[in-house]
Amino acid sequence: MADAAVKKKMEGEAAELDAAGVHYRELNGRVRELIDKGCKEIVLNGVNGQRYIADGIASEVKIVINGVPGNDLGAFMSGPHIIVNDNAQDCVGNTMNAGKIIIKGHAGDVLGYGMRGGKLFVTGDVGYRVGIHMKSYKKQVPVIVAGGRAGDFFGEYMAGGILVLLGMGEGDRPIAGSYLGTGMHGGAIYMRGSVSDSQLGREVRVFDLEEEDRKLVAGLLEEFQADTGIDYSKIKPAEFMKLCPFSHRPYGNMYVY
Amino acid sequence: MIELAFQEKFSKWRVDDARVPAACGLSGLISQDGRAVGGEVIVESMRILRERGNGLGGGYAGYGIYPEHKDYYAMHIMFEDFQGKKVCEELMEANLEIEMGEEIPYRLVEGICDVPLLWRYYALPRPERLEGDGLQADDFMVKLVMDINTTVPGTFVFSSGKNMGVFKAVGSADTVGEFYELENYTGYTWIGHDRFPTNTPGWWGGAHPFNILDWSVVHNGEISSYGINKRYLEMFGYECTLLTDTEVVAYLLDLLIRKHGLPLDIACLVLASPFWKDIDSLGDQTEEDLEKSLRIVYGSALLNGPFAFIVGYSRGMVGLNDRVKLRPLVAATKDECLYVSSEESAIRQICRNPDRVWAPPAGHPVIGKLKGDV
Repeated sequence: MADAAVKKKMEGEAAELDAAGVHYRELNGRVRELIDKGCKEIVLNGVNGQRYIADGIASEVKIVINGVPGNDLGAFMSGPHIIVNDNAQDCVGNTMNAGKIIIKGHAGDVLGYGMRGGKLFVTGDVGYRVGIHMKSYKKQVPVIVAGGRAGDFFGEYMAGGILVLLGMGEGDRPIAGSYLGTGMHGGAIYMRGSVSDSQLGREVRVFDLEEEDRKLVAGLLEEFQADTGIDYSKIKPAEFMKLCPFSHRPYGNMYVY
Repeated sequence: MIELAFQEKFSKWRVDDARVPAACGLSGLISQDGRAVGGEVIVESMRILRERGNGLGGGYAGYGIYPEHKDYYAMHIMFEDFQGKKVCEELMEANLEIEMGEEIPYRLVEGICDVPLLWRYYALPRPERLEGDGLQADDFMVKLVMDINTTVPGTFVFSSGKNMGVFKAVGSADTVGEFYELENYTGYTWIGHDRFPTNTPGWWGGAHPFNILDWSVVHNGEISSYGINKRYLEMFGYECTLLTDTEVVAYLLDLLIRKHGLPLDIACLVLASPFWKDIDSLGDQTEEDLEKSLRIVYGSALLNGPFAFIVGYSRGMVGLNDRVKLRPLVAATKDECLYVSSEESAIRQICRNPDRVWAPPAGHPVIGKLKGDV
């Protein structure tokens, strides 16, 4: 795999790379080279399982991925705009700081771990431990929107940011799994539909949407629709409920004797 | 005493005890219609997972690979030296009718060294020995495998089923596939593993799959309940000799399914039991009673800790995760073929456009079953 040459073609500010069979180190090296040369749009064809794509890149480059990227897509990135025209694996947007990742398919576990800014849009289902340890600071508010359903530990230990779950798609499993928002002490989760009390972490409660929430959800839905090209006009903010921590210091007394 | 015996047993095997972070890779496929698939297909899938291993163990199991000897137990054995081979063959001659014994074919490849003697024997228990011991053939074979593994120096049976075989080595999965010339075999089920040993040594016997009779297991994670499981298995005559937690899974499956007659899905409920809180909220008394009984009767067979494993057996293939999904597992189908892997890309490498790709829920098995005979 490491020996295959990356075929590339660069015209003006746009470039195309054939990633089929290319080791991730070489592929990511070429992507960085192109960015250094002033490339603003890179299309990666034939991607399958290459890890760490666009990791740590602090530029507003647009990267289109055709194929299934490997784990840790967009980790630590601060600025790129990534479009995946397929499914994605685990750990997408790990600790990402700014930029946007749009996945036109499903994504795996630990999506947006420790995310601190930017947006992550997934049209399909997302896995376990999505949005855990997310945090926000002033204007840095990370957002994840998923069109499908989520597994257990959605928003676990969340300290800030916004999670939106639309619950679309086939099947009758609940919109999210157990341990929802366990240990959550900041941010908000918006879910279309209901969850049972037994699914909730002990730090969160269900709230109705306020006017401000409705505006926020409507705005995100519009953006999600524009980015994914899927018609979500039937979805109304009124169908959502909101999950929030009812104390922002749930463990404040834990070590006080 | 037991420790001393282990020291003797492992005197010459090269053992690397470095501790490194974990991330083994798994992949498996079954053609449920029995269609033969070349061994090179699973090797190609494993190639994509190369980052998950570190070259200290790779292996495969194939089912349907020995049709010309399908009624015989195919014993794959690694010997440290000719002395062990001589002692082992004497023990086998006394207990088995050996149809044929031959070296397992392999080619030398870069990255694989210190190759033990690798032999396979197609054999059946001697009828008079079966009568004398009053054992069924399968039980007799389990006992013989345990006897060889615990008493013959530097000798390990790493595969003992019929019409199937395990191929494993210290090396990365793709080089192990090349080493054993897997392209020369065809089977209806294949499972593969790339190892990143963490708590136990990277040695030939410790590579995956782990097998007993029909059951082969490849595993990513840690069986934290290993001690409990091991002691439980010892009560039924299973001896853990391969220094790796995964070994208990193969023996537990043999015990639960072959010996105790549990259906496969029930055995999975034993290995990854639902939490008490989930049993309490089932809302179905019969189901609740069943799941409670299983937890009570088989508490010592519960697998604790993070795991994803794929099991191969003659009639099917199973993928199973721990109850809170601490290791990755993805499944896909295309026509009659079921794929299970640590990463979707490993499936897409050998099946470009699956009919369906999904993440199985934690603790719920994905099962592919052979339809009809092969």
